[in-house]
Amino acid sequence: MNFSNIFSKRNKVLLYELVVTDFKLRYQNSVLGYAWSLLKPLFLFAIMYVVFVHFLRFGAGIPHFAPMLLLGLVLWGFFTEATKQGMNSITARGNLLRKINFPKYILVISATISAFINLMLNLVVVFIFMLIDGVDFGWTALLFPFTLLLLYGFALSLAFFFAALSVKYRDIGYIWDVIIQAMFYATPIFYPLQMVINYNIQAAQILMLNPIAVLIQEGRAQLVGDEPVITANELFSNPAYLIIPYAIMVAFAVLAVWYFKKKQARFAEEA
Amino acid sequence: MNESNGIALSVKNVSKTFKLPHERHSGLKSAVVSVVGGKHKRGYERQQVLKDISFEVKKGEFFGIVGRNGSGKSTLLKLMSGIYVPDSGKVKINGSLTPFIELGVGFNPELTGLENVYLNGALLGFSRKEMEAKYDDIVSFAELEDFMDQKLKNYSSGMQVRLAFSIAIQSHSDILILDEVLAVGDEAFQRKCNAFFDSIKRDKTKTVILVTHGMDAVRKYCTRAMLIEKGEILIQGDPEEVSEAYSAQFIDTSKNPKANELGNKNGQVRRGTGDVMYENIKHTITKDKFTLDFDLSNKTNRDISTICMGIDFCINSEIIYGNDTRYIEEYKKGIFLAANSTRHFTLTFDNILGNNPFTINMNVTTDMGTNIADLIKPAVRFDSTNVKYSPVFKVLAFPEIKIK
Repeated sequence: MNFSNIFSKRNKVLLYELVVTDFKLRYQNSVLGYAWSLLKPLFLFAIMYVVFVHFLRFGAGIPHFAPMLLLGLVLWGFFTEATKQGMNSITARGNLLRKINFPKYILVISATISAFINLMLNLVVVFIFMLIDGVDFGWTALLFPFTLLLLYGFALSLAFFFAALSVKYRDIGYIWDVIIQAMFYATPIFYPLQMVINYNIQAAQILMLNPIAVLIQEGRAQLVGDEPVITANELFSNPAYLIIPYAIMVAFAVLAVWYFKKKQARFAEEA
Repeated sequence: MNESNGIALSVKNVSKTFKLPHERHSGLKSAVVSVVGGKHKRGYERQQVLKDISFEVKKGEFFGIVGRNGSGKSTLLKLMSGIYVPDSGKVKINGSLTPFIELGVGFNPELTGLENVYLNGALLGFSRKEMEAKYDDIVSFAELEDFMDQKLKNYSSGMQVRLAFSIAIQSHSDILILDEVLAVGDEAFQRKCNAFFDSIKRDKTKTVILVTHGMDAVRKYCTRAMLIEKGEILIQGDPEEVSEAYSAQFIDTSKNPKANELGNKNGQVRRGTGDVMYENIKHTITKDKFTLDFDLSNKTNRDISTICMGIDFCINSEIIYGNDTRYIEEYKKGIFLAANSTRHFTLTFDNILGNNPFTINMNVTTDMGTNIADLIKPAVRFDSTNVKYSPVFKVLAFPEIKIK
């Protein structure tokens, strides 16, 4: 039960089997099958587009706002899915944990990897959208995978932390539902950050301390280009503030590893 | 692995306590108090399940662990399997260990037999290559060659158990931990399992630790056994002695303070007021019919009209089917017995009992259900070897019982 052997042969096999199983089972007995994992964000996008872009004229005058909206929704969707499924990965398998001893963290990782594969499929659609919308990818697009990696890392840290926490306190699931709902509105996904700046610059600055908001804006800027996207760099005069979101990510990663390691030995009894 | 001095597994001074949370506060006031009181009043009770347990299992042994429900044997098994961590003490294992606390762990009904084999294998810690090497043996032992591409949900329960059991025995681990999984499948499969256990008993490199209620299995396979009760080792050693001690444990824990002891012999418990008693109990079992003959005798000087008889069928002292005369139209309102009279009864039903050691408990009450006049536990002991039926006993399929 050591984090150093995450990629031992045995664990890789188990991880592979769990991820594959999850994928096989996910859209069992549905006619459209895997297509649903693409259709879901597209429908959400269609609704958001009609309400906010078409009627409320959010993002008017901002080039490529539609594909950026889709990208934001897809990244956000991954974050919610990974944290929620990761959080439930231990408690949902209490029965299994009481029957056999295997590395518990594999359950959390497999849940988040399933979400990540889903994200990859969704991103294919996003890229097609961007090409149709005439987005001219620059060299910064090469940095996008790093943003994805950071996003995955942050989601994984939260998943680990919540997974361990929810073993004892099931309430965390309900609390997280509320927080994530609030965070959705506090993140510039369906509205451009410029709207907030126009209203109050400090409010915009506070929003951009949120790691998810930072990563979504970074990702957009990397793909669509700097010009239509306001990133954190442009918002803060003092570079110290730029570090805060990343510090939050590191802090959660450390907290998650420490807490999960401390608690995992008793998951079988308590989950 | 040769550094082991013949010890496959050692458990040293292991204790385990569970925290049992209080689900309910007895009242609003105490709920408030326990919130306000915070650290002083904890929301759980401690229950010590294992108390300073120490024992060793040598390489090549077939070691049996027996004990009543709640004695702590399952917890012990989980500690040995690394599923739980002990509060204190140490569990040391030499060699590879595969636990089968339950057959088919992680089996998913929506996956095919093949997919389940690999998933189960991965959970047990085998690589894909190792599983590929074992795969054919697993399938042929389970006799499921034609079904591996079908979803598990389309398997019969017997087929599922066979597949799971095959994976278990093909694991080829140095130490195998089995929890009550000996009796699976039909007659032919049972024979194969028996052959496997015989071979593993002879194999001096393999160690088996078996937790069971079945004293027959302990006598048949175990080279050594241990009885635990209330988290402590009662005796350890010869399987025969241990199984006798286990049976003797079932000396009555009477719930009816008025009841007299009617005498215990051969591990049989008998109690009740003695107003009405069973006599001359005899059973005959043929391929098609099970028959139980007995007399019921009124020992008092008054007529009793509210007699109700009950019968329980048990496997390994767990009740798998029970019935009483209140559910039989003719006796619904009670059985009448005149003062000091005796009446003969015959109970018959179609023999659907599979291959199992059965015991039958009988009771009779004089007031339709609560005042026990005679309780015999067990009244009858017999082994059923019925080729036609699976030992997985189906209660729903129990045939109509006729009493005359």
